Amino acid sequence: MSAPKLVQGYEVVIGFETHAQLSTQSKIFSRASVAFGAEPNTQACAVDLALPGTLPVMNKGAVERAIQFGLAIGSHIAPKSVFARKNYFYPDLPKGYQISQFEIPVVQGGEVDFFLGDEKKTVRLVRAHLEEDAGKSLHEDFIGQSGIDLNRAGTPLLEIVTEPDMRSSEEAVAYAKELHKIVTWIGICDGNMQEGSFRCDANVSVRKPGQPLGTRREIKNLNSFKFMQQAIDYEVRWQIEQIEDGHAIQQATVLFDPDTGETRAMRTKEDAADYRYFPDPDLPPLVIASEWIERVRSEMAELPRVMAARFVTDYGLPEYDATTLTQSKAMAAYFEAAAQTSKQPKLASNWIMGEVSRRINAGEIGIEQAPVSAAQLAALITRIADGTISNNAGRQVFDALWTGEGQDVDALIESKGLKQMNDSGALEQIIDEVIAANPDNVTQFKAGKDKAFNALVGQVMKASKGKANPQQVNDLLRSKLG
Amino acid sequence: MMSTELHQLSLAELARQLREKKVSAVETAQHFLGRIRAHETLGAFVDMNEEATLAQARAADTALAAGNAGALAGVPIAHKDIFVTKDFATTAGSKMLAGYRSPFDATVVSRLAAAGTVTLGKVSCDEFAMGSANENVAVPALGHPTPAPVRNPWDTSRIPGGSSGGSATAVAARLAPAASGTDTGGSIRQPASFCGITGIKPTYGRASRYGMIAYASSLDQAGPMAHSAEDCALLLSAMCGPDPDRDSTSLDAPAEDFTRSLNDKLDGLRIGIPKEFFGEGLAPDVRAAVDAALKAYEKLGAKLVPISLPRTELSIPVYYIIAPAEASSNLSRFDGVKFGHRAKDYTDLLDMYKRTRAQGFGDEVKRRIMIGTYVLSHGYYDAYYLQAQKIRRMIADDFQQAFQQCDVIAGPVAPTVAWKIGEKADDPVANYLADIFTLPASLAGLPGMSVPAGFGAGNMPVGLQLIGNYLQEGKLLNVAHQLQQTTDFHLRQPEGF
Repeated sequence: MSAPKLVQGYEVVIGFETHAQLSTQSKIFSRASVAFGAEPNTQACAVDLALPGTLPVMNKGAVERAIQFGLAIGSHIAPKSVFARKNYFYPDLPKGYQISQFEIPVVQGGEVDFFLGDEKKTVRLVRAHLEEDAGKSLHEDFIGQSGIDLNRAGTPLLEIVTEPDMRSSEEAVAYAKELHKIVTWIGICDGNMQEGSFRCDANVSVRKPGQPLGTRREIKNLNSFKFMQQAIDYEVRWQIEQIEDGHAIQQATVLFDPDTGETRAMRTKEDAADYRYFPDPDLPPLVIASEWIERVRSEMAELPRVMAARFVTDYGLPEYDATTLTQSKAMAAYFEAAAQTSKQPKLASNWIMGEVSRRINAGEIGIEQAPVSAAQLAALITRIADGTISNNAGRQVFDALWTGEGQDVDALIESKGLKQMNDSGALEQIIDEVIAANPDNVTQFKAGKDKAFNALVGQVMKASKGKANPQQVNDLLRSKLG
Repeated sequence: MMSTELHQLSLAELARQLREKKVSAVETAQHFLGRIRAHETLGAFVDMNEEATLAQARAADTALAAGNAGALAGVPIAHKDIFVTKDFATTAGSKMLAGYRSPFDATVVSRLAAAGTVTLGKVSCDEFAMGSANENVAVPALGHPTPAPVRNPWDTSRIPGGSSGGSATAVAARLAPAASGTDTGGSIRQPASFCGITGIKPTYGRASRYGMIAYASSLDQAGPMAHSAEDCALLLSAMCGPDPDRDSTSLDAPAEDFTRSLNDKLDGLRIGIPKEFFGEGLAPDVRAAVDAALKAYEKLGAKLVPISLPRTELSIPVYYIIAPAEASSNLSRFDGVKFGHRAKDYTDLLDMYKRTRAQGFGDEVKRRIMIGTYVLSHGYYDAYYLQAQKIRRMIADDFQQAFQQCDVIAGPVAPTVAWKIGEKADDPVANYLADIFTLPASLAGLPGMSVPAGFGAGNMPVGLQLIGNYLQEGKLLNVAHQLQQTTDFHLRQPEGF
């Protein structure tokens, strides 16, 4: 591992706590729906409202998703984990306590691997535990009062906690992106950061290299990768400034304000609550038999890093291509379909990483919404590979497919007259004419100037109206001039 | 002529007469509603809804006529005010919930209703089931302008016991043939003993806790209170059964017909007598009644086996750490935000919380919230809560040791008979100490019951406690029923009722 990048002589140390909302239909301890965007308090049942006499019942789907996550990152799945109550008063916390896991979480250990540029990084996880979300306090629109919306109360969350393993804001963002990819890939979280389905808290501290860990401040609720980097960078500069000015850092929870680009303290350690954690007597320990784990494992989709390795061995792709194509499940599926149908994996990879990605990025759409299907792309690639059309002509066909001008690759090649001239007789005739008409270039080429050869190729292509197969032109021209 | 005697019938007999249509459910309900009105001075009932009661009775009569009625069709019952009910207010004896109406019925209530019972109303209890005298009541009983303690029909200057004191008084005074109760540290057994009725707390998890307002979740358990073991068996059969979709601590044990083994003979039955239950603290009059019951068992063919439950005394500190710890958290939801009492005037959020809870909770509840908060606090958790949990496991192990030598355990329910109203009201510790014989079974999660065993000082009833191993409710009821075949204490009626 390379030496950590220093900021003004300080080493940056970052750990993450991420709340991933699990993609269940109903809440973690009740049957109310978790769908986003409903009218306030329409998705809160008696249990979510903490009405007297109500009790929590574990949603097995949430447990299953925690198991999936643990398997995806090579964690220990605790055969027995314990739900605990975190006691505090707040109007959007209906029971006066949050059900979480404290001493014994369901997912223990594990690692997240990712590339930062071309350097491989590993962030170790401490744990991931199941817990319920609180409701929402609405401070606007109630003239001097606050409104409470309990739709979100009881939404299942997996809180994923890392070791303080990251050494720069770039690395932190790369980790967060990788984690985001994992949870969306295995389908346990929709990853929607605007709706709060994937929320990160960053614990940031700085120290001189070789010194013990500095005092950390926790930046709460970073809900975009952009803000994440800005917030950490600001926080690092602020902490270094404080230390350089001779101030000690106080442990605190801070919020990032995207408008000012600054972080500011919400509360310090002095007013930290005593949460009086104790095992929730309403919920027996969560017992996960090895059979359950094995069943989940057998039903799990192939993981991105496993799939990338397979792309390298099965399709002979470079590691870079394989990693890029496994950024999302949809993209990987698109690639596989195109590669298998066309039998041209490298060409398919080039097209997807090039033309297709450029288009979907420009259109800000997912590959699922791409107007060119994997089958159409495969048909196009097949025609390039078999020499029917050139790569350039292929781009024109792709444009026509994308804009909806046509659906069928062969019909488009026909109607646009893009078929390459593969008839060597006709091509020879053109070449002969070009040689005859450009004696200067011929002389220069024979004198060893490659540029002159390219000029001749260009002339042939032009004379063929772009239909000549460039490779064939090359070969014929060389043999004739040879 | 029939209706004047209805309240003197056992529940089993009443159910039979209803089935045979010798009496209608409406007639029965009206009879008991009349008695409740006539004896409001006892302070047993806190809410009635005659319309709802009679509607239930009419439905029972229809089912009886159609021949598709449940086993308890038309049998009237009173519910402890700790069970939430749609048709009646639910207060848990607290100002915090004055006038609260639940949108759903507790599982125990709906299971009994499914068996055909007709709800007469809600009966008083100690606030949030915290108390052993039913003096911690913050809501007025029917016919009373202000909150008042429930009175024991055997001597109305005495307490009925608690926290299911209203249930015990209602049954003892024949205002209802049966009542539901809940038992966290003895709250069914002790008032049953003090009022001369039969009550059983099943194994923890047998009856669903859904809709039972939680006091101490790991201990709370519902059970029936009635005149005889047979009546309790009928009720318990209807109350119990798994409720996995609503209560995660509900046991995966199928519902049983607890009447089936009532008539088993007791030849060779080994009754364990824990020496710790017969020490200095036990009043001689209680001891005499218990000893007499044990003699009766010997005559029935049972063998008395001396056993030891060495941590009996520790059950008091252990219970008074664990129960308040859970309570302090369970009662956090009563914050004035969503339901129940909210202070009228406050300056900000924190002030609203403080005033609401200061006004809404009574002294005993506050005391337990404070104890519970303290024992769970950072720096004290290990010394109190964790330590208590360890001893709790040892207490459970002690019972398992004991059950190697015996089939059931017998002893007193409480060290004394019911005391005078107000006698211990200002001495919480004296109240706590009186729970010593009921706490061990609660902490172990074992089934326990109280069976009328005679009378002690002041001609007050004395109960015999029977404790069984896990899921041995059928055995307990059998043992109690056999005693009731040779004794008539459970049939005695307090004068004037």
